[in-house]
Amino acid sequence: MILQTRGIGKSFGSVVALRDVSMGVAAGEVTCVLGDNGAGKSTLIKILSGVHAHDAGAYLVDGAEVRFSSPREALDRGVATVYQDLAMIPLMSVWRNFFLGSEPRRRLAFDVARARRVAREELRAMGIDIRDVDQPVGTLSGGERQSVAIARAVYFGARVLILDEPTSALGVKQAGVVLRYIARARDRGLGVVLITHNPHHAYPLGDRFLLLNRGTSLGEYGKSDITKEELTGLMAGGAELDELSHELRRP
Amino acid sequence: MTAAADERVVRPGLARRLLVRPELGAVVGLVAVFAFFGAQSPVFRSPDGVANWLDPAATLGIMAVAVALLMIGGEFDLSAGVLTGTSGLVVVTLSTRYGFDVWAAMAAGLVVALAVGFANGIVVTRTRLPSFVVTLGTFLMLQGINLGATKAITGTVQVGGLRRAPGYEQASAVLAGTVEIGGTSFRVAILWWVLVTAAATWVLMRTRAGNWIFAVGGDERAARAMGVPAARVKIALFMTTAAAAWLVGTTLALRYTSVQANVGIGQEFIYIVAAVIGGCLLTGGYGSAIGASVGAVIFGMADKGIVFLGWDADWFKFFLGAMLLLATLANRLVRRYAEEVRR
Repeated sequence: MILQTRGIGKSFGSVVALRDVSMGVAAGEVTCVLGDNGAGKSTLIKILSGVHAHDAGAYLVDGAEVRFSSPREALDRGVATVYQDLAMIPLMSVWRNFFLGSEPRRRLAFDVARARRVAREELRAMGIDIRDVDQPVGTLSGGERQSVAIARAVYFGARVLILDEPTSALGVKQAGVVLRYIARARDRGLGVVLITHNPHHAYPLGDRFLLLNRGTSLGEYGKSDITKEELTGLMAGGAELDELSHELRRP
Repeated sequence: MTAAADERVVRPGLARRLLVRPELGAVVGLVAVFAFFGAQSPVFRSPDGVANWLDPAATLGIMAVAVALLMIGGEFDLSAGVLTGTSGLVVVTLSTRYGFDVWAAMAAGLVVALAVGFANGIVVTRTRLPSFVVTLGTFLMLQGINLGATKAITGTVQVGGLRRAPGYEQASAVLAGTVEIGGTSFRVAILWWVLVTAAATWVLMRTRAGNWIFAVGGDERAARAMGVPAARVKIALFMTTAAAAWLVGTTLALRYTSVQANVGIGQEFIYIVAAVIGGCLLTGGYGSAIGASVGAVIFGMADKGIVFLGWDADWFKFFLGAMLLLATLANRLVRRYAEEVRR
């Protein structure tokens, strides 16, 4: 396991946002975190990515306990987070965005030739088919942007990628494209934590599934322990869905 | 990526890439304005005529370039015009009333200008108020200081007599002199303008600071998230604009050897208009230093061309407004293209 939590928890004042959650991700594996809104998914990723410090349990990176006080610290340990809004500037070109904040330098200047070349190579290595690295990011599709953000995190030394709902704003086809790049990152040996509320996206890709509900864990399952139907059922809160369909039936 | 590597680049690529250059509109305007005045006035297209309209283009251009950088960084500076007056007044007052050598007075003027720029930057980045409002405040305060202090010191609304101050000859040769090229004398300010444009273009396109300027103007929150020191970038931009105002104010003071206390008022809008004609978006994140310089040349041409044609100089204002409207419309198209999202 590159990254692991043991009985981790976090409260904000009197509100317990997360309680006793244990999960882990290994190199070359995908761990999916599933749950409805308010289940504690975002609290969990904020702990993993260093935005919040946990106040119960243990957080381990490479088997050693850590307590991150900033996203920068997490990044230095190779834990990179790609948020939904991606932190990209629409009017700037792909290569300028790729290196934003970490521009390669040659003497005093920004090594533009190298930035262009590396951005192009890295995107290609991830199998990302960008027409032209000079085009503004704003002209890319949502899926392409997501993919560029993933490639950027990989290039800057991520060993674990935390992806926050990467497919939620995308159409079916674009979501497929992004899932393919996530698989590509996994095949390159990265550990991936995929946060989603879509079991259809999670099941084919995931090796391990953590289900959250109301801030607590409903359990972590290996792929062999659970079927897609069971996963979907647990996600939707099985009994609740039965009740809902009963309510919605024509009188 | 070469054209062969991806067939989709070829088709929409060239036309759209040309269209998306921020300077394109300004260059088209430049050709049109030159053709218009050049066709009707032989003097306008003669070397003497060129030297004549390049002069206002130079002093305006230095300011427009600095203002363009600031606008790309997402901010405005309405105090830039009056600050040229403040800088000039400091230089002339110190060297004629307080016995400063002109060079020392210029150094003091630069310190004052940079302090004003720093204050603008600090207030804008700390309070997150729109820079439009903050620098409007600075504009009014400086306007008051310029008039009030000048009246208190000289009893009139101008200070003069710089010619007799020690160091005037050398300082004047460096900033306000002329250079003979092929029998035509060009103002030295033109050289400074070219240098400023070249330096600004290099910073913008070829340094990390340039990348950061585009980023803070494009989306400050995202830029911060990627580790860009947004506040420092913005403060540096306000100080750059202030330094440009000092350069221009000092140049004009040395040239005329006296400064009116109301000089520079109203110029701030012309700087912004030149930058917008040069392709800067009012919303930030996009634009070019060369474009702003081209915008300044258009103004220089119109300013002098209207005189060459014997028209009333008031028509210049009409021209200013029409150009601004056209340029803003053209820029909006560019932005739409650049931000359109294909899902």
